[in-house]
Amino acid sequence: MSTNDAYYIPHKATWPIVGTSGLMIMLAGVANFLNGSPIGTTMIYVGLLMFIVMLGGWFALQSVESETGMYNHGVGISYRMGMMWFIFSEIMFFAVFFGTLWYTRNLSVPWLGGEGAKAATQQILWPAFEATWPTNGPGKVGGEFEPMGAWGLPFLNTLILLTSGVTCTWAHHGLLAKKRDQLIKGLLATVGLGFLFVAFQAIEYHEAYTEMGLTLGSGIYGSTFFMLTGFHGFHVCVGAIILSVVLFRSWKGHFQPENHFAFEAAAWYWHFVDVVWLGLFIFVYLM
Amino acid sequence: MSAVVAEHDDHHDDHDHGPAKGILRWIITTNHKDIGTLYLLFALAMFFVGGSMAMIIRAELFEPGMQFVDPQFFNSMTTMHALVMVFGAVMPAFVGLANWMIPMMIGAPDMALPRMNNMSFWLLVAGVLMLASTLFMEGGAPAGGWTLYPPLVLQTGKAFPFAVFSVHLLGISSIMGAINIIATILNMRAPAMTLMKMPLFVWTWLITGFLLIAIMPVFAGAVTMLLTDKFFHTSFFDAAGGGDPVLYQHIFWFFGHPEVYVMILPTFGVASTIIPVFARKPLFGYSSMVYATASIAFLSFIVWAHHMFTVGMPLAGELYFMYATMLIAIPTGVKVFNWTATMWKGSMTFETPMLFSIAFVVLFTLGGFTGLMMSIAPVDFQYHDTYFIVAHFHYTLVPASVFILMAAGYYWLPKWTGHMYNEKIGQLHFWLSTVSVNILFFPQHFLGLAGMPRRIPDYAIQFADWNMISSIGGFIFGASQLLFLYIVIDTIRGGTGEKVTDEVWEDAHKHGLEWTLPSPVPYHTFTTPPAVIPTEHI
Ligand code: HEM
Ligand SMILES: [Cu+2]
Repeated sequence: MSTNDAYYIPHKATWPIVGTSGLMIMLAGVANFLNGSPIGTTMIYVGLLMFIVMLGGWFALQSVESETGMYNHGVGISYRMGMMWFIFSEIMFFAVFFGTLWYTRNLSVPWLGGEGAKAATQQILWPAFEATWPTNGPGKVGGEFEPMGAWGLPFLNTLILLTSGVTCTWAHHGLLAKKRDQLIKGLLATVGLGFLFVAFQAIEYHEAYTEMGLTLGSGIYGSTFFMLTGFHGFHVCVGAIILSVVLFRSWKGHFQPENHFAFEAAAWYWHFVDVVWLGLFIFVYLM
Repeated sequence: MSAVVAEHDDHHDDHDHGPAKGILRWIITTNHKDIGTLYLLFALAMFFVGGSMAMIIRAELFEPGMQFVDPQFFNSMTTMHALVMVFGAVMPAFVGLANWMIPMMIGAPDMALPRMNNMSFWLLVAGVLMLASTLFMEGGAPAGGWTLYPPLVLQTGKAFPFAVFSVHLLGISSIMGAINIIATILNMRAPAMTLMKMPLFVWTWLITGFLLIAIMPVFAGAVTMLLTDKFFHTSFFDAAGGGDPVLYQHIFWFFGHPEVYVMILPTFGVASTIIPVFARKPLFGYSSMVYATASIAFLSFIVWAHHMFTVGMPLAGELYFMYATMLIAIPTGVKVFNWTATMWKGSMTFETPMLFSIAFVVLFTLGGFTGLMMSIAPVDFQYHDTYFIVAHFHYTLVPASVFILMAAGYYWLPKWTGHMYNEKIGQLHFWLSTVSVNILFFPQHFLGLAGMPRRIPDYAIQFADWNMISSIGGFIFGASQLLFLYIVIDTIRGGTGEKVTDEVWEDAHKHGLEWTLPSPVPYHTFTTPPAVIPTEHI
């Protein structure tokens, strides 16, 4: 049996333990930092560095293995399954925060306002509270704030992300049609739009904090708003970085029409991030 | 049978394929058997760590009044005991079995994603280390219960962020492990191994893998909100800011209820693998077992609030969650019926693995019955947060999941090591465990019905007798487990000295591919897929 037909089983992996140690040191560092211990910051840097080195090393190894034809069809299927299930886990992660938004808006805030069987609770605890959305609760936690509108930067960001989805697909068509030029241009545009999105979001946050009084501490509205958009923004960053790596590899001549898992995975991830944003735009900004 | 053995070649140890030397072998290994061994040994160690905490709890509860530990530490013990047992012992033990057995059961050369496999294991160690470190921190380990309910858990001292991050690490580890198992099962089967010919252990893990990927991110999200509530001024679980502490409970139990099935479904799988072999009959109702497993998994997502009957849900919620919960008894009953029917008129023998499996069927059913009792919302107002629920879930976890893990150990140790364990000591271990586990947990039903609350280090005089009996059972149970430790070590070092055959158990090779391989199993197996697969288990 020729080696190329066999399912490739790697031996003696050193990156996982580096990554694990890095992650553990980093998280322990964050915990120490939150507890006000001075060694926290150092641990964060050390752990993060190890983690980044692991990512670089591990992915470089994988791309070399891929380009030298060590992966047969079966390996490719495993990778695709792995990516799909990973995205499913991410969907469940976002579902928690969307669920939180739904629950507070439709159940707990109305209850605080005395709806249903909870009339007595309201009269005794917070008789003055009127259930409306957006709200920072009966305790007016975080003080006066202005909610974030949908039609300024957020709408622009919607257009940006949707366009980036198109450019990403256009790049994919380029790859399949062996038009390397189109592939690179498409990816360049996608990465650019991704970082543009992040930049606009940074401006949006800055405005919220400095001009609108809207912070993470603005009661349940501020909490859900920043948690949802913040985690999404983080995912856009990660996606854009992944796409940058794919761009770099495309420019180096990697990927063939029949063998480009890394591109596919990055594209799936990007579309996933895109769809989450549509959910955010509707449920956080519009409704 | 020999035809099947000839299919695989184990003389492949040229170039890179042997293990690394020394301790490094275990740190950088990608071999599913090595990683399976690591998981199993780690789980065994944690079983004793968690067990010691249980001994502290039972010692304190031996008599009314405060005896040995202060209340804060007592509560840390109940919290940490649960977390260590769930995330450090039972779950990793089943992942270890999955690693060892699934590739061998489906005729695959290894797991689908071997490097990630290594990382899952070490992330587990990292997560448990981080959790254990909280025991030594200012303010003590988390003490608000394994459910980590706010606002109580927010009063945890320095340990708090560490506990949160340990949940994140354990979650990443479980998700990676689950992805790997699913990809292995769906993508690495020998061509002849169609889905409906897979051993039930493989089926149950396929479904468990799905559960894990669906719920671990949910738990991660919940503790992330705890973290921001504590350190970043959010109000998710604070009514003053418009949030709701009950929301945490909903999220937690959306994770938590499927989580208990993560521990029980592979248990079902192992039981369905062992019982037919010792009853010398095919499993009764193979396909109904598969469908029952799938329905239990589905139902597990829509019954979570039966843990919250007393929080003040709207009436419609109480009723819905009551009826939905009762439904679970149906597929569960199907399973119990099938195991019983498998044994019916079988030519049974009672080696240790079978003994543990039979005890599992009986005692798990008891736990299921108390579950059914508690699913009735109006009466659960009485049972909730008492020792009755403690008795319920310990019956579903100790003489069920843990017993089946013991059974699995006895069943496969000869295959793994090539040595036979000492049957006499095995049976002694079984009888001591089975008698003492009932002395330990059965009286807790009475205590609960009489109103003794859980998670309190002291109690009224009227509860004294049953508590003392329960503690005595606990000490015997704890001590008996040292026999298991002895047997494991002894078997690895040669056991009875008797050379085991490849099939180990009479006609086992008709039931599963793993018994067609040599004992002990070589480092690499099924580098080419087997052509013929056994189908007696169907
Ligand atoms: C027939 C199936 C089952 C039913 C109907 C059932 C029902 C219930 C109910 C209603 C409760 C909540 C009691 C209360 O807090 O007042 C409960 C608690 C619990 N059950 Fe079950 N159960 C079943 C099977 C299982 C299984 C198979 C396991 C584990 C393998 C399990 C583990 C638990 C645990 C750990 C708790 C307590 C969690 C806590 O509050 O700490 N149950 N069960
Ligand atoms: Cu439950």
